[in-house]
Amino acid sequence: MTARTHMPVGHEAREVKGWVGAHRFLLLRRFSQVFFLALFLLGPWFGIWIVKGTLAGSLTLDVLPLTDPFILLQGLVAGHWPEMTALIGGLIVLVAYALIGGRVYCSWVCPINPVTDAAHWLHRRLDLPKGWQPKRSTRLWILATVLIVSALTGVIAWELVNPITMLHRGLVFGMGFVWAMVVAIFVFDLFVARHGWCGHICPVGAFYGLIGAKSLLRVSATNRAACDDCMDCYAVCPENQVISPALKGKPGSSPLILSPDCTTCGRCIDVCSVDVFKLTHRFDDAVVAPPDPAAAPQTRAARPV
Amino acid sequence: MSLVGKPLSPQRRRFLQDSARAAGGCLVAGSLLAYLGRDARALPAEALRPPGAVPEDDFLGACIRCGLCVRDCPYDTLKLAELGVDAVATGTPYFIARDVPCEMCEDIPCVAACPTGALDKGLQDIDDARMGVAVLVDQENCLNFLGLRCDVCYRVCPVIDEAITLELSHNDRSGHHAIFAPTVHADRCTGCGVCEKSCVLPEAAIKVLPARLARGNSAEHYRKGWEEKAEKGGPLVEGIIDLPDRLPGPGADNLATPGGYEPGYNLPGAGQ
Repeated sequence: MTARTHMPVGHEAREVKGWVGAHRFLLLRRFSQVFFLALFLLGPWFGIWIVKGTLAGSLTLDVLPLTDPFILLQGLVAGHWPEMTALIGGLIVLVAYALIGGRVYCSWVCPINPVTDAAHWLHRRLDLPKGWQPKRSTRLWILATVLIVSALTGVIAWELVNPITMLHRGLVFGMGFVWAMVVAIFVFDLFVARHGWCGHICPVGAFYGLIGAKSLLRVSATNRAACDDCMDCYAVCPENQVISPALKGKPGSSPLILSPDCTTCGRCIDVCSVDVFKLTHRFDDAVVAPPDPAAAPQTRAARPV
Repeated sequence: MSLVGKPLSPQRRRFLQDSARAAGGCLVAGSLLAYLGRDARALPAEALRPPGAVPEDDFLGACIRCGLCVRDCPYDTLKLAELGVDAVATGTPYFIARDVPCEMCEDIPCVAACPTGALDKGLQDIDDARMGVAVLVDQENCLNFLGLRCDVCYRVCPVIDEAITLELSHNDRSGHHAIFAPTVHADRCTGCGVCEKSCVLPEAAIKVLPARLARGNSAEHYRKGWEEKAEKGGPLVEGIIDLPDRLPGPGADNLATPGGYEPGYNLPGAGQ
């Protein structure tokens, strides 16, 4: 490894924008994750029943039903036609994520995200090799497998192992041995495969990615002309294959990150010291004009670790 | 297609290899998942599903494990199975009658709360619920069978005198007492488990079991002659004449024969 890739990720952004500025989206995401979890926990812990149920299915303020569309789909192929309540709830979730971005669920709501984020943080700190890297399409294969198994066995198959709903249910209803499963995913992501679970295996993320393939909310490398090739965005991005087409696209190509794999976590916006990225909508493909060649940013000098 | 003449394109070879690899992996993962699914169906006998639950074979395809039925259960009867702790499929609702039985709420809030219909909204009257069937599993320890008047299971039954009755019989042991045998009538028993919960013994002598364990099943072609006769209000086959039995010789149970006597089954006090 070169000294360059060894530089602490986001170091420059911290110097330029300050700690809070360089962690804005991370803080917002943690707040969002805690917020959604708290909504579910207020009832069982404090008797304030705003939301009842779990991420699989819930009822908010006794009127708004929400259902996980992936679980609903498995139930459908398993041969059970659900009641209207679940169908409406599933439709609301489907439309919401189709609009704002399917994998927004992954980075802003999913309770497993902090676990795999922590694994990745430690992975970087320990400078571990990236390990087993199955193709990104593996999760789509698993998604198809889950649906086939559901159809053949008549059981909602992924709920037999789904760590997302298990951890959430564990926190809201009772943990059992779910903690062991969470530890297993942490260890898997830390030692076996970098970004292994969320980035390669999880069919829930794959499903939400498909939902949000044409979603409105997008990150754009609007100011890509200012990029100084520090690679920090690649280092923090959980799906870093999505960056290049937007950031390193030919002049005239869209600066929008349009891949359904992008979780819109905004970490790239945080760690960029020259503010290449911004959060925008999918029709905003404006690019900041390349500055005068004389004023082009200096490529970052390598510093000793 | 000849494989000899034209070399296969490396891209195609790569594609086929990758696909085979992925498909093979999925086959292994899918088999494991299906195996887990089969295990998950093995519901322990003491675990009862909430009222209105669709048959167990369909339940794991219908229940999304949201826990809304548990939240709306006013008696904390229902709970969600925890991973590795309960032997019930993780996250699905169940109750153990001996811990907390179902109190049979008239408005059936658990069924009303279910968003998917895993608890069937067709259940309107809680008396029609069939969560299981109470079975007096141990006559040797049941106090009533020993000749005492415990009667607790009978008294607490929400469908008293229909789901559980006390059947009177002679106590042969003492010779001059009665046995009031608690007797479950499966067509009225909802499987709520209040009897099992209330049984005074350290280990209940009456237990609610899933119907598959609690009940036999008569063959489809069996007909009970007396029921059919009562329904029709007469003999099933027209024109049958019940001829008197003619037995030869005196001393036969036939009044028509000289020296004969009244048949035993017509004698007063012969039962039936």
